Amino acid sequence: MNRRFSWFNATSLTLGFAFLYLPMIILIIFSFNASKLVTVWAGFSTKWYGELLGNQAFLDAAWVTLKVAVLSSTLATVLGTMAAYVLVRAGRFAGRTLFSGMIYAPLVMPEVITGLAMLLLFISIGLDRGVGTIVLAHTTFTMCYVSVVVSSRLVTFDKSLEEAALDLGCTPFDAFRSVTLPIIAPAVISGWLLAFTLSLDDLVISQFAAGPSSTTLPMKIFSSVRLGVSPEINALSTLMISVVTVGVITASLVSKRSIARQRAEEQAAART
Amino acid sequence: MNLRRLFLIGTPYLWLLVFFLIPFVIVLKIALSDYAISIPPYTPTLDLSAGWEGVKSFFAALDFENFSFLASDALYWKAYLSSLQIAAISTIITLIVGYPIAYGMAQASDEWRPTLMMLVILPFWTSFLIRIYSWIGILSNEGFLNQLLMWLGIIDTPLTILNTNVAVYVGIVYAYLPFMILPIYAALEKLDGSLIEAAEDLGCSRASAFWLITLPLSKPGVIAGCFLVFIPALGEFVIPSILGGSSTLMIGKVLFEEFFSNRDWPVASAVAVVLLLILIVPIILFQRNEQKQREANQ
Repeated sequence: MNRRFSWFNATSLTLGFAFLYLPMIILIIFSFNASKLVTVWAGFSTKWYGELLGNQAFLDAAWVTLKVAVLSSTLATVLGTMAAYVLVRAGRFAGRTLFSGMIYAPLVMPEVITGLAMLLLFISIGLDRGVGTIVLAHTTFTMCYVSVVVSSRLVTFDKSLEEAALDLGCTPFDAFRSVTLPIIAPAVISGWLLAFTLSLDDLVISQFAAGPSSTTLPMKIFSSVRLGVSPEINALSTLMISVVTVGVITASLVSKRSIARQRAEEQAAART
Repeated sequence: MNLRRLFLIGTPYLWLLVFFLIPFVIVLKIALSDYAISIPPYTPTLDLSAGWEGVKSFFAALDFENFSFLASDALYWKAYLSSLQIAAISTIITLIVGYPIAYGMAQASDEWRPTLMMLVILPFWTSFLIRIYSWIGILSNEGFLNQLLMWLGIIDTPLTILNTNVAVYVGIVYAYLPFMILPIYAALEKLDGSLIEAAEDLGCSRASAFWLITLPLSKPGVIAGCFLVFIPALGEFVIPSILGGSSTLMIGKVLFEEFFSNRDWPVASAVAVVLLLILIVPIILFQRNEQKQREANQ
């Protein structure tokens, strides 16, 4: 497309990004508000962060959330990478259509339905609801996102490299470990990060899958949000936003550098 | 088939069968069951332990009681209709808001584009719940929007926006805007600039060149974006329950309350089944659009 700077474009970009970012910026600023009134500025203070760190219920929920996110995203990365490999490389097998359907369906499924279905399964097989069931539920819906991310990388990847390794006497597992995995690693890592943030974020599916004893941070936020805005939630949100922002920016810098390195290696290989 | 291949295919396959497909079969089964005051709160009409006799009596007694209940109670079909309406209206607003942003991004210089792209994607990584929550402080009666409008002298008394459908529209547009921007941007970025130059050389005004060339060529992106907003908006639960009021009827919220407050599992399951049936149409249309795109790109 030809580039033409115009006032129209500048205005729409400015307004658009203001719309996307102002609510979060306001939220962050008012988490440092001294007053309990969340819409009236009464001076700078970090007291809500102090109260947040002293609130045992929030700390417990944060710990549950973190545990669930680490466990489910790791499990989802393993299963999702396997699923992507099957989709792209395994060729034909019985029930392939059903398999790819089950990979893509959770992406468009309303969370209330996935959550309800999961809960009914857990009840009918008599599984006690708690951290374990949240992990199972999160793994199931996030593995599909992982497999979409990883398979998009696998599709562009030159299959002959794998075949060369096999010809040179590698076992299929060795070929996967020493040839395929290093090349798809950036996609696997971003798949893990995506699964991790989705799990960290999820409210609806957790609400269904969690028992009365286990509460995640989003569930805690949701139940207090229903009572209105509170400065403590603002402080908590600010912490969560900063963690994610730092994580995403670091991840994109790392992947940019690894792409640059890969390109440099390819050029060096082409020269020799 | 060797063992390794069996393991590779079998592991994710089995996982999805157990934790994705079977749960839906259970939902369907409970949707066809009768409500009962017990734990669990339904009596199954399909008794597999009775073997073939059980299956026969299931089909003999098969009624779509819960579904006819959904059809007879105005609450449910009103909720479906109102979800469709809310999802459609917010999709159109998202398109109107998102298109100029995608257009501006596509025309930005090469150094700027990765940054702009990052700025669109970043909110997507930030907690959905928090992003919706941040609007409470803006839209409430003593919130920032009312403060600003009163300070500007546009209004004298605060507008009631929070806990109305307007707040739900704002929430959906805000939450799903990146889904609209990205496919439209992808379509506009590929667009061949010389076509527009040619149109202008041939005497088109900028506006009519946009109308005759840019807009039709970005249509696949527009269609993809609309489906990516419409499909999740239809089953939305978080936005109507945080920003909407008691009069906001959305089917996701109805399902949630039917299950957790009324504890009527059979009806909640029937609500889910009907919602799925409604969703199949836009999902198939969306996939057809994607398929067409893939073929066009090859």
